[in-house]
Amino acid sequence: MKKIEAIIKPFKIEEVKAALSEMGIEGMTVTEVKGFGRQKGHTEIYRGSEYTVDFLPKIKLEVVLADNAVEGAIKAIVDAAKTGKIGDGKVFVLPVENAIRIRTGETGDQAV
Amino acid sequence: MVWVKIRNFQSIMFRSLPLFIAALLFLGCTLSLNASSTSSGTAPTPTLEQRAAYADAERNNTDPSTTGIPPMASPAHTSWMMVSAALVLFMTIPGLVLFYGGLVRQKNVLSMAALCLGITALVAMIWWAVGYSLVFGRSFAAEGASGFAHAASPFLGGTEFFFLRNVGVAPNTDYAFWIPQSVFCVFQLTFAIITPVLIFGASAERMKFTSVIVFAFLWFFLVYIPLTHMVWGATGLMNGVWNPKAAVPAIDFAGGMVVEMACGWSALVLCLILGKRRGYGREPMMPHSMVLASVGTGVLWIGWYGFNAGSALAADGIAANAFLTTTLAGAAASFVWPLLEFLQRGKPSVLGFCSGAVAGLVGITPACGFVDAGGAVIVGAAAGVISYVACTTLKRALKYDDTLDVFGVHGVSGTVGLILTGVLATSVTNPNLLGAAASSNGLKAALEGHTLWLVQLKAIGITLLLLIPATLLITLVVRALVGLRPGGEIESQGLDIHDHGEEGYTMNG
Repeated sequence: MKKIEAIIKPFKIEEVKAALSEMGIEGMTVTEVKGFGRQKGHTEIYRGSEYTVDFLPKIKLEVVLADNAVEGAIKAIVDAAKTGKIGDGKVFVLPVENAIRIRTGETGDQAV
Repeated sequence: MVWVKIRNFQSIMFRSLPLFIAALLFLGCTLSLNASSTSSGTAPTPTLEQRAAYADAERNNTDPSTTGIPPMASPAHTSWMMVSAALVLFMTIPGLVLFYGGLVRQKNVLSMAALCLGITALVAMIWWAVGYSLVFGRSFAAEGASGFAHAASPFLGGTEFFFLRNVGVAPNTDYAFWIPQSVFCVFQLTFAIITPVLIFGASAERMKFTSVIVFAFLWFFLVYIPLTHMVWGATGLMNGVWNPKAAVPAIDFAGGMVVEMACGWSALVLCLILGKRRGYGREPMMPHSMVLASVGTGVLWIGWYGFNAGSALAADGIAANAFLTTTLAGAAASFVWPLLEFLQRGKPSVLGFCSGAVAGLVGITPACGFVDAGGAVIVGAAAGVISYVACTTLKRALKYDDTLDVFGVHGVSGTVGLILTGVLATSVTNPNLLGAAASSNGLKAALEGHTLWLVQLKAIGITLLLLIPATLLITLVVRALVGLRPGGEIESQGLDIHDHGEEGYTMNG
């Protein structure tokens, strides 16, 4: 099992979700996050006081999959989230030791 | 040792406070019960001519006493004034709760709500006990009053309305012929509430709640009461329209001196002594919700109709003019401020629209019942431009931390509005500028000789002479008694949790 963590542009979440659903992925967790990478922030001005806002809003998508589904899912996310402009985000893949479905007690690939 | 003494004093003060308040309440209730009600007696039935003259006087908001019919409150004027009083209170709760609350950081949003509500309650109690009487009484100027009282009468009213004795449905014809004195009293109370609340926009995010309340209490007695009597009291020093003996016959329709200059200049003194917020200039200190702030601006603007048009104290032509001029000045400044931002930076901001609107409404406050539509646009545009410069360039150059720009908006636009009132006031709009009092105290002559703006400058000078030293003294006294700031850690954590034990926004819903 692997966990995919993708940091993407907020307006891309619907397209990414649709792409993942199309390949039969039935669940995911989404969080509104802030951060920065190479994309610069912007300045905000309130009555002449200028503030540089480095942390930009992004969406963090987390999904845990059986090993054989991982490559396809990564491709789906990258294709859907790509604009080609700076700030498109990143995808991380992490190993997962186990998963348990709380309702039934199923474990491993059955639980994801 | 000194510190120990001060701590003792503080604890004694707080321990005996409930006892003091209880005694005050008891005294007040006793006095109120003994208050005599005015008996009208049996007057002869008025003739048709008398009744017609009486009805005309009601319609024109003039003195009905010559008709021989005893004055009674008019339902028409009274209903507008009750609505106006509610509108002005609506500016503080929730207007300033939203506007000030939205402009501070999330961790301090409740501290703004607390001071709006706390000062509303505090000032209402002072107003009932002694405040109203000291501002709008006139017993110090009465025949037979002592020489000291006479000397004080341009600065303080009197004692006859302590605990609102005899403040009932009968009009107080010193101020308004056609509304119950009780309604006049509540209307004026709402001004007395909002003025001290406004000050604490400058000290926002770094002044303890206890210190705010002690400051507001002292400031109310030392500044608000004398200043308001001087400007609006029947025997006031600077009440040009209504006091025939006013030494400085200035004009201030709805509170350019009483409210705007008072809160703005006091705010400057307070924030200079208080010092900057921790991390000012290094950390981002952005408004946590421009949504709340812009909704609050709308509430303030709507409430301002009660403030300005209500200050006619009747639903008459002067009120109607003030309604129009208020709208135009608010709109003019709300147009100019973001336009300047657009020209300078390329983006008109929502805070720019809000700040401009408030600056224009502040500017027109002293002028609204005296100038015409064209004058209102001039006042609004001037207020917008000058406050814009004050809040952006001046503040940065002088490096003071006025959190919500109380000085830049209220102090500056209030002062500008007062001067322009002297230039643009016209008796076509307000015939009272040529009335009996104005003729004998020199206001009429100043208006006709185009020197009224000089009288206004003099009044501004006197106001500053009271405001600056008194606020300085109060701030230092509060600092010695209870301290001003909560200390570093607490300031970083936010005032809400420490001062009130609450958070504005919680996660678990």
